[in-house]
Amino acid sequence: MNVHEYQAKDLMRKFGIKVLKGEVAKTVDEAVKGAEKLGGKIWVVKAQIHAGGRGKAGGVKLAKSLDEVKKYASEILHSTLVTHQTGPEGKKVNTLLIEEGCNIAKEFYLGIVLDRNNSKVTFMASKEGGVEIEVVAHKNPEAIVKVSVDPSTGYQPYIGRELSNALGLDATQAKEADAFYRGLYKLYTESDCSIAEINPLVLTADNQMIALDAKLNFDENALFRHPDIAAYRDLSEESAKEVEASKYGLSYIELDGNIGCLVNGAGLAMATLDIVKLNGGNAANFLDVGGGATKEAVEQAFRIILSDPNVKAILVNIFGGIMKCDIIAEGVVAAARAVSLSVPLVVRLEGTNVDLGKKILKESGLAITSATDLGDAAVKVVAAAKGAK
Amino acid sequence: MAIMIDNNTRLITIGITGKQGTFHTKLSQEYGTIVVGGVTPGKGGTVHEGWPVFNTVKEAVKTTQANAAMVFVPPPFAADAILECIDAKMPIIICITEGIPILDMVKVKGALARSPEVRLVGPNCPGVITPGQCKIGIMPGQIHLPGRIGIISRSGTLTYEAVGQLTARGIGQSTCVGIGGDPVNGTNFIDVLEMFNNDPDTDGVIMIGEIGGTAETDAARWIKKNMKKPVVGFIAGAAAPKGKRMGHAGALISGEDDTAEAKFKVLEECGITVARSPADLGLKLEEAMKAKNITIRNK
Repeated sequence: MNVHEYQAKDLMRKFGIKVLKGEVAKTVDEAVKGAEKLGGKIWVVKAQIHAGGRGKAGGVKLAKSLDEVKKYASEILHSTLVTHQTGPEGKKVNTLLIEEGCNIAKEFYLGIVLDRNNSKVTFMASKEGGVEIEVVAHKNPEAIVKVSVDPSTGYQPYIGRELSNALGLDATQAKEADAFYRGLYKLYTESDCSIAEINPLVLTADNQMIALDAKLNFDENALFRHPDIAAYRDLSEESAKEVEASKYGLSYIELDGNIGCLVNGAGLAMATLDIVKLNGGNAANFLDVGGGATKEAVEQAFRIILSDPNVKAILVNIFGGIMKCDIIAEGVVAAARAVSLSVPLVVRLEGTNVDLGKKILKESGLAITSATDLGDAAVKVVAAAKGAK
Repeated sequence: MAIMIDNNTRLITIGITGKQGTFHTKLSQEYGTIVVGGVTPGKGGTVHEGWPVFNTVKEAVKTTQANAAMVFVPPPFAADAILECIDAKMPIIICITEGIPILDMVKVKGALARSPEVRLVGPNCPGVITPGQCKIGIMPGQIHLPGRIGIISRSGTLTYEAVGQLTARGIGQSTCVGIGGDPVNGTNFIDVLEMFNNDPDTDGVIMIGEIGGTAETDAARWIKKNMKKPVVGFIAGAAAPKGKRMGHAGALISGEDDTAEAKFKVLEECGITVARSPADLGLKLEEAMKAKNITIRNK
């Protein structure tokens, strides 16, 4: 789960990580009042969206007067920002963060992620801060130093010494930076983060270290033990259909093709998109009904798929293990009746209770094309989608 | 003989009195697995569906001589159950539970590193089956056929897909291992490949991977260096959009090197027979065996 920069900074403050003073604004008026409250002569107006690359897209502006705060706030608020992470449709700005300015001498990168190669929580630091870390990793991987933490010992001072050494900090700076490393590690492990990034971590002209930007991502499987963080969830940043699907335990992702897919298991669901593509078609969605889906959830899955006007044909691909074919069949029949299905439906059933499932489909009297296997299913659904055009 | 589990395996289920635990333990027993009991804290001393229930794993092991555990504990408590099994030196732990917090698994991984005598398969996996001998997990037993092809996969239903295609061609399986779709898991591709390589009852292997991470490419390089048997590889997610998590927590393409295309390329370079279509797993296995002049047989 993603959170906004201002929420990430609230959490960082709690863990002793120094951030700039800021005010959250939902209107232009609040933005100007926030700037007045902060005082000073320079402010930064920052769009709050769940995506990186805001600066380049015009979502971060330096204001040198209250009039400029007003001007930039009215330009950015309610505008749609398109960055390399938002997709072409962009993201609408509903919230601004107004921050005091600061005088930057140096910019660094500091982040914590899980290193899948050694299954350890791992620090990444680089002198090349303020730019995308993925770009640095691609062009100049030596510029990133990685230090993994043993879960049985946790953060140790030597880890900080290695990081500071790599960043080229002097003794005084290193001492200050240690609070950032320690705090970020504590935040990451105690709040079940999946990504914690400070980019840039800056050294100011008066030799202070500050987290200028903050990005936190949380492990959704661990939110049950962090109700405070779960409350940060901003549903307006997520696809309405994906949110609706998740209520029924369905994993749904909207894509740009015209073949609706309903599959059990993430791997088979991905493979279904692949084989549709190999046969010259394009999937309209990824949808994993999971192992424990009920008849109602299957029905709901159908409704969500059909709410996409691009869908010209539907492929149901089930290899039952924990998921029983008869449950799927009942859900498909109920949904097809309820929505008076108007697009061709291809069904491939295999595995647990397959005969019962096929019987239910057959006796329903619905116009269903059944497929003998995965390859057959893909050929038939692609043909059906083309024929429907 | 096959790998990991066979007809000498004595299984206990952790979380045996739960709905899923009960259902799948029954199916495993019906398949032929020797089920010797289960663990549910607070219900020790009772009998559930004919199986003795214990309060702790150590107690269960002492009384039943169990040598394998299937974990069916809800996600918030599953890591604790795995750690209890590790502490009891359970040789094989198979965790089916989906949705365990990643940092819990980081702790489990640390404990596993200190306990080389213990093997964890999963979590978030369908389990392990040695057809005709022993089934531990949620896979449909009836689709399998005893034979000499090993299967390793990160995805449950794609494992069934591979099994179904082999069985339809009359090709049996030695052992099928679902290693699970989570970014931190107990057993990786190389662990299982090594076991299949050393198993006199396995003649060839199907390996099914996904986008995200480097596990498949690491495995491919290991295969090039060490594997004596033909391997067929498939990577799911060629049609996946960038930066989107596709159901499995591990399946997220973040860089260029973990796309399906990049992985297919490395697999090919390492001498693996690549199935570009998930419908061609059985066909490609036959081709790979033929290319190495190995006769496909089930005994």
